[in-house]
Amino acid sequence: MQTPDDADLLARLYRTLYGIRRFEQTCISLYRLGHIRGYLHPYLGEEAIATGVCAALGEDDYIVSTHRGHGHCLARGAGFDRMLAEITGKATGYCGGLGGSMHIADPDTGNLGANGIVGAGIPIGVGAALGATIRGEDRVCVVFSSDGAANHGTFGEALNLAAIWNLPLLLVVENNQFAVSTPVHKASRVVDLFRRGQGYGVESLTIDGNDVLEVYECAADARRRLLAGEGPILIEAKTYRQAGHHVNDPGAYMPQNQVEHYKARDPLTLCRQHLADDERADAIETEVDAEIEAAVDFAHGSPEPAVDEFLHEYEA
Amino acid sequence: MTNAAKPNSPSASRTLLLRDGLNEALHQEMARDERVFCIGVGIAERGGSYKVTDGLLAEFGPQRCIDTPIAEASIVGAAVGAAITGMRPVVEVLFVDFTLLTMDQVVNQAAKYRLMSGGARSVPMVLRTQGGVGDGVAAQHSQSLEGLFYHIPGLKLVMPSTPRDARGLLLSAIRDDDPVIFLEHKALYMTEGPVPVDEEVIPFGVADIKRSGRDCTLIAWSNMVPRSLTAAEELASAHGIDVEVIDPRTLVPLDRQTILESVCRTEHVVIVQEAVRRGGVAADIASIIQADAFDYLDAPVEIVAGRNIPIPYNRTLEQACIPQTADIVAAVRRAVYA
Repeated sequence: MQTPDDADLLARLYRTLYGIRRFEQTCISLYRLGHIRGYLHPYLGEEAIATGVCAALGEDDYIVSTHRGHGHCLARGAGFDRMLAEITGKATGYCGGLGGSMHIADPDTGNLGANGIVGAGIPIGVGAALGATIRGEDRVCVVFSSDGAANHGTFGEALNLAAIWNLPLLLVVENNQFAVSTPVHKASRVVDLFRRGQGYGVESLTIDGNDVLEVYECAADARRRLLAGEGPILIEAKTYRQAGHHVNDPGAYMPQNQVEHYKARDPLTLCRQHLADDERADAIETEVDAEIEAAVDFAHGSPEPAVDEFLHEYEA
Repeated sequence: MTNAAKPNSPSASRTLLLRDGLNEALHQEMARDERVFCIGVGIAERGGSYKVTDGLLAEFGPQRCIDTPIAEASIVGAAVGAAITGMRPVVEVLFVDFTLLTMDQVVNQAAKYRLMSGGARSVPMVLRTQGGVGDGVAAQHSQSLEGLFYHIPGLKLVMPSTPRDARGLLLSAIRDDDPVIFLEHKALYMTEGPVPVDEEVIPFGVADIKRSGRDCTLIAWSNMVPRSLTAAEELASAHGIDVEVIDPRTLVPLDRQTILESVCRTEHVVIVQEAVRRGGVAADIASIIQADAFDYLDAPVEIVAGRNIPIPYNRTLEQACIPQTADIVAAVRRAVYA
């Protein structure tokens, strides 16, 4: 039986889920129109992981994101407006237009940044957790990573460091089934990637990454245990990338039956089922749509960064 | 010393080994600033391969002097993460050769974080390591790789040659808000020299004129400084050539002004580096000189550098690959008599 508190939580989660979904769809449109340059890696289909994990965090906690990072930033509290400004290269963006889609950081909210190098964020998260431990602070660091990163050397190295130093690190492995185009079973003999953590003596579990409530509850429990000093935890969140690797990858290698299976388990659909209040969900969507429209206007109306100032600040 | 930019010398000084100068700087900074911590392979219990971190564990405890597994990439990555969240890590990587394992974290992360975050955060991390030819440690433990770091915007690059410079520059490095590659030379750790008793923070981008001279500017860093000074004495006594030896001390930022002023006076230049010649720092300094002081040059800029060969094990072959005093003497004579 759902209590009013549960309903409020679910509504909050749905707002974030839907916000990420609409934001990514908007970015794809803006990309097609030529307002976004470079690479764009949509988080479509994976929204429940960032949403559930970040909803369980405290104000002082850190997150480390990936190249597919818009969802992490938004779930951590980034505004649509400055996000879009960054992705369209404007001076009002979170990084003044210097970072772009793959490098959005907002350290003021504990968002240590997206990363264009797969696996590179894991040791950085270890360092953030280490620093917090040295300073004796009660905060945790969440590192978002992926099935692709699990085959990277830093994955094992950094997990081992977190284990021997008993750090408050939550390593979230977003297993979206593909590393660029390579399916996980071709990249690893062990397809249940949480087992990788066990070899390092790290408490490791696997969850349905499309069910935002399951993600939230698991992350909240993990955070309590991290703060109690129980050492790092690895959560493998199984999910599915509902698009190609990047905006120009049609994902032709993705098996149609798999795509259909996961579409039926879309994180937004599952959350609406939990919420069981279509009227409330629809109202949230209307509000979010308006916010994103305003954010597009904000980005379009924002100035470009100035070349002279830029060179003065960064050339050495 | 004629260099006006040189910091005032406190009166009292004592003789220290270069490694002890570094050790003193670490002790001092860790006592001064609790955000500073040291991390690396074998630095705590063992005190480091060259004893640079000796005593830090006893004084500051295992949370601020941290032994690690052999996992260079992630150790440096952890330092980056700690640095962007308010700490000031000093990482030791045993050999510069091993920093190749850390290049993603150094080049793609540390060097770029300030820009990528739109200036929101910098990475106040010092990466201490050591390079160069030592006593037959062969191809994978003898390289001079400063050119790799020199090439990367966003890094600062320090290469001390004396105990005094080593201490004063390490103090600056730890207080710097950007990532600093602090490149020591394995053959210099046991070098003795005067180090002021009082704190002396040597600023980056200030070259030191190690020997004043009129006839030729000799630019050298790290272990090529003592070798160039030996060559200068020989040139003075045997050939009557008065050589000015300039040690940039920091290659990034580079003190162009001191170099160019000297070149304009002497009109002859020799640049000495232990690193292989191809694509090296010496070639870049030569390009700066020819662009900014071409009219003053009386001869082509000479470069004395390592051969474009991996360092071999055999002593004779090893020494044949890096500049010797005689090579420097010959180059100066070519430049001056040209």
